[in-house]
Amino acid sequence: MKIGVVTFPGSLDDADARRAAAVAGAEAVALWHGDADLHGVDAVILPGGFSYGDYLRAGAISRFAPVMETVIKKAGEGLPVLGICNGFQVLCEAHLLPGALIKNHVRKFVCKDQPLRIENNRTAWTSDYDANHEITIVLKNQDGSYVADEATLDRLEGEGRVVARYLGQNPNGSYRDIAGISNERGNVVGLMPHPEHCVETLTGPSTDGLGFFTSVLKAVVAS
Amino acid sequence: MARVVVDVMLKPEILDPQGKAVHGAFGRLGFDGVADVRQGKRFEITLEGEATEERVAEIRKAADTLLANPVIEDYTLHVEADR
Repeated sequence: MKIGVVTFPGSLDDADARRAAAVAGAEAVALWHGDADLHGVDAVILPGGFSYGDYLRAGAISRFAPVMETVIKKAGEGLPVLGICNGFQVLCEAHLLPGALIKNHVRKFVCKDQPLRIENNRTAWTSDYDANHEITIVLKNQDGSYVADEATLDRLEGEGRVVARYLGQNPNGSYRDIAGISNERGNVVGLMPHPEHCVETLTGPSTDGLGFFTSVLKAVVAS
Repeated sequence: MARVVVDVMLKPEILDPQGKAVHGAFGRLGFDGVADVRQGKRFEITLEGEATEERVAEIRKAADTLLANPVIEDYTLHVEADR
């Protein structure tokens, strides 16, 4: 079971994502933005950071990287893809997920331990959580406010595609407190907070993030 | 050489924290009577040769796919007169 983690110029959390994959029991494979070959991985993570300096818009240039052509094609065929923070922004820019992420309404970089509720535990990346499981993982971003038009938000809610929602005070202005969403099939998930920083007690506030990585192992075995 | 200008703005219903921050600075500096500030992006694209209909259509395509995100932004495009 191989989980590939894409490194773009400006990615920051690729090493932590590979480590989280390994802690979960997968073989972590480093993928490069300029290489369209996914090297036989069973799942892909687009990590956090500031790919291409977030120039133009967060994720706007990364979305056209050679590796993304293959990720977009394979995601359409069911390959599990998780975009964390900047990766979530890339997935929205690539139209694999609806909506967009804009600057935090608080006009500050937010860095905190954030309580969330996992509202959809039927995706490839959340099946190891109980329904409405409450977890606390790291949130750290500048452009973390999820926006979409009302019809899109209603559709996401109606189809159960809000994967995670912020608990307590809304940290960044995300519409309807949305922290993460999935595509219709549930193989593509975008999440603003960082589960990869929360897989070991030595370095994270909890190990609550590990479930994302163990979930995808099961999803791949099952398919 | 012709120049095509693309101005990109966040849609009116999308919150603009950068514009809000600039608006706040206006007040601190004593520039009164300003109701709102919205910040956008301006792209000046210099073409090799003339701005033919086909070339401008290409730039419009680039604006649709790259320069603006239609989910959150609107844009206007115009060809600038020779200088």
